Amino acid sequence: MSTVDAAVDVAAEATPAQSRMRLAAVRDYGIVVSFVILFVVLCFASDAFLSKTNLLNILSQWSPTLIMAAAATIVFASGGFDLSIGSIFGLAGVVVALLVDDVGIPLAVAAGIGAGAACGLFNGLLMTVGRINPFIATLATMMMILGVAYLLSDGNLIAVTSTGFSDIGNGELLGVTYTVWIAAVFIIACSLLLSRTVFGRFVYAVGGNPEAAWLSGIGVNRVRMVAFILSGVSAALAGIIVASRISTGQADAGGLNLALDALTGVILGGASLAGGEGTIWRTVVGVLLLALIGNGFNLIGVDATYQRIVQGGIILAAVGLDAWVRTSPR
Amino acid sequence: MTTDNGKNATLLEQARGASQTGATVVVEHVDKRFGVVRALQDVSVTIRAGTIHALVGENGAGKSTLGKVMAGVHAPDSGQLIVDGRPRRYRSPRDSLADGVTIVAQEVILVPLRSVEENVFLGHPPARLGQIDRRRLREQYEELVERAGFALPPDALVAELRLADQQKVEILRGLARGARLIVMDEPTAALTRDEAEQLFGITRALRERGTTIVYVSHFLKEVLELADTITVLRDGRVIDTAPAGEETESGLVSKMIGRSLDRAFPPRRPVPADAPEVLRVRGVSAGGAIHDVSFEVRAGEVLGFAGLVGSGRSELAHAVIGAMRRTAGTIELDGQVVTPRSPADAKRLGIALLPESRKTQGLVLGRSITENVTLPHLADFSTWGAISPRRERRAVEEIAARLDVRTRSIGAPVRDLSGGNQQKVLFAKWLLRPPRVLIADEPTRGVDVGAKRAIYDLIVALAAEGMAIVLISSELEEVLSLSHRVCVMRAGRLDATLSGDEIDEERVVAAAFGSEPAGAQA
Repeated sequence: MSTVDAAVDVAAEATPAQSRMRLAAVRDYGIVVSFVILFVVLCFASDAFLSKTNLLNILSQWSPTLIMAAAATIVFASGGFDLSIGSIFGLAGVVVALLVDDVGIPLAVAAGIGAGAACGLFNGLLMTVGRINPFIATLATMMMILGVAYLLSDGNLIAVTSTGFSDIGNGELLGVTYTVWIAAVFIIACSLLLSRTVFGRFVYAVGGNPEAAWLSGIGVNRVRMVAFILSGVSAALAGIIVASRISTGQADAGGLNLALDALTGVILGGASLAGGEGTIWRTVVGVLLLALIGNGFNLIGVDATYQRIVQGGIILAAVGLDAWVRTSPR
Repeated sequence: MTTDNGKNATLLEQARGASQTGATVVVEHVDKRFGVVRALQDVSVTIRAGTIHALVGENGAGKSTLGKVMAGVHAPDSGQLIVDGRPRRYRSPRDSLADGVTIVAQEVILVPLRSVEENVFLGHPPARLGQIDRRRLREQYEELVERAGFALPPDALVAELRLADQQKVEILRGLARGARLIVMDEPTAALTRDEAEQLFGITRALRERGTTIVYVSHFLKEVLELADTITVLRDGRVIDTAPAGEETESGLVSKMIGRSLDRAFPPRRPVPADAPEVLRVRGVSAGGAIHDVSFEVRAGEVLGFAGLVGSGRSELAHAVIGAMRRTAGTIELDGQVVTPRSPADAKRLGIALLPESRKTQGLVLGRSITENVTLPHLADFSTWGAISPRRERRAVEEIAARLDVRTRSIGAPVRDLSGGNQQKVLFAKWLLRPPRVLIADEPTRGVDVGAKRAIYDLIVALAAEGMAIVLISSELEEVLSLSHRVCVMRAGRLDATLSGDEIDEERVVAAAFGSEPAGAQA
């Protein structure tokens, strides 16, 4: 009798476990499958879609978002969250535009990146030393940094006259814009950093179990700060690229939208807000999925208004599935 | 909303009528397993109505589990629970509450930012048109307080109350829901002497009013003072149930210990006479949890730490590795004074801590075995911060094989492993680069018998290789069988250090409980 019961028990336990594994596979590769399906559908739905020009255009347009999303993945994996990247984006553009005509491109760019790094350091200090929840801390710094950017620019658009500056955003190498090259290098660097280095391991450990990481001798706070600094640098880089494209520095240069797209891409890529998870390549697929949706809507001629609704729905579907997989009874 | 009021009224009436007759609970042949751990084995106890019935035993003897089975927190795997003559299968504490059985747990479960009276009537407040009826709430509260025989300010926020008062809120809440049997699980563990005395008064008053009390505790003096009947558990079995008047402290102690024969220990190797002292701890105090503790460990020696849960052993380990700030004392390693201020410092010095909870302190569950094992040693597997995967894999495969970690792949997440294998991964993590001193805190907790034996063998072998080992365990047999010397802690102080023939269960338990050993009195 008891053996029969035991056998039934085992069978009953195996089934949910297996279905959970299947669900986990859907979560892990669902984003890739969705991307491929959408890609194929768009190939058929629009003649203009599958052309080198259109595809490179999409990449070029989404490069700043990809750059921010790559660094945001590292922040997520370390158990943090950075909402302020949209404002850092604007601040860096303003700083560069203010300086470039006087000090030249290299120094101005360095100053812009430095401003981003400083903002990231500040965010990191708030989370580690200040022990403020990163969501709330960066919500606050998002406003503060935007305010600083407005102060510096007096609320004006700052036009750049140096001709060389616009090359960063518009120049091409081997038929591909510098922007795409910069994004590719940055993304690959982030990916290697996360997957192949000691720092990457520390990031996952700190995000996955901060206490265990600390007891293992890891400087938990240092790791978190570096992640935030990287995030600030990525946002500054993105902001400089966009400022160069339009030869204008602007506090409110649409960074918030790009930031939201970047964070959405990270979430679609399966990184968890709880930390300890997330890979760069999946984030990239997540961002590109958003890019395809946007491009597809344009090509097919659907009102852009619907785009946001669809994007929101996709986030809910992805995150809902994730929550469901996680909380299935063990 | 009238139905709410109606329900509430009946609950109160029930409570009123019921307060004359407490519940009777009969537990028959109950078994309960947690994974591989048999928490209760063939347990039978009768709790008579209107008595205070104490459950005593060592850490892990099953006393809390038994209390929780009665209150519906845990469902028994087999056997029967009979409440007031009716067989019952509770699926949750809500079910048991319908029969008037409730629990006041070690961890208080209240809504901190609400008032006392709101918490007491949580879930079924008197209401009118969906609004809480403040006046009736107060009336009912006053009525209840009068019946209970103790009072609390009804408006006070629960978050601002002392723990002792929060427990009173829990008791009131139980009474408000018509409790006729209250399981109190280690209620005085976190209370001061005065607060505990007050709680005893309340407990007796409840008995006078007819409520049955099941009192789970490891404080023998208070149990003898309070209870009508005492049941002693050991290793998940009932050893004896007898009227409190017939028991003595030393009698209880000798029933609580006693050797179970189902586990073999590897033979200890004697520490060589010329073995040097590796770690010397002098007068360490920390955070109010540790007071003036001194000990030393020699190379090849296993120094056991026994004591009750909460006696400060884990805190001591944390203080030694710098994970908890030391307020006094010195640490010497190989005769040199060292000052580890963080786990990172301790790691560099060669002092490793295998923490008590592998899930919350030891491992990053979502990451692979490899990542967990090399986490503290990545500097050895990298150049300029870039990890060499091949070197890393080879090292992890080797140590996983040596420690017999059973897994299909060292790339598998640690979460997927059994408790025993997780514990072996934790050992692998700290033994990949052998430390000078290994502090193992509860190294066999939640591990099956086979893996336990493997861990014992490992500890003995490491000592034989000359490592200095500090073994903290709540399983007395482990400490007694593996250690060359045994330190006993009580309330943050080192109560006794026993060596050689002095190491016996009675002495250790007596020191841990702070009572005179039976032998010493004779």
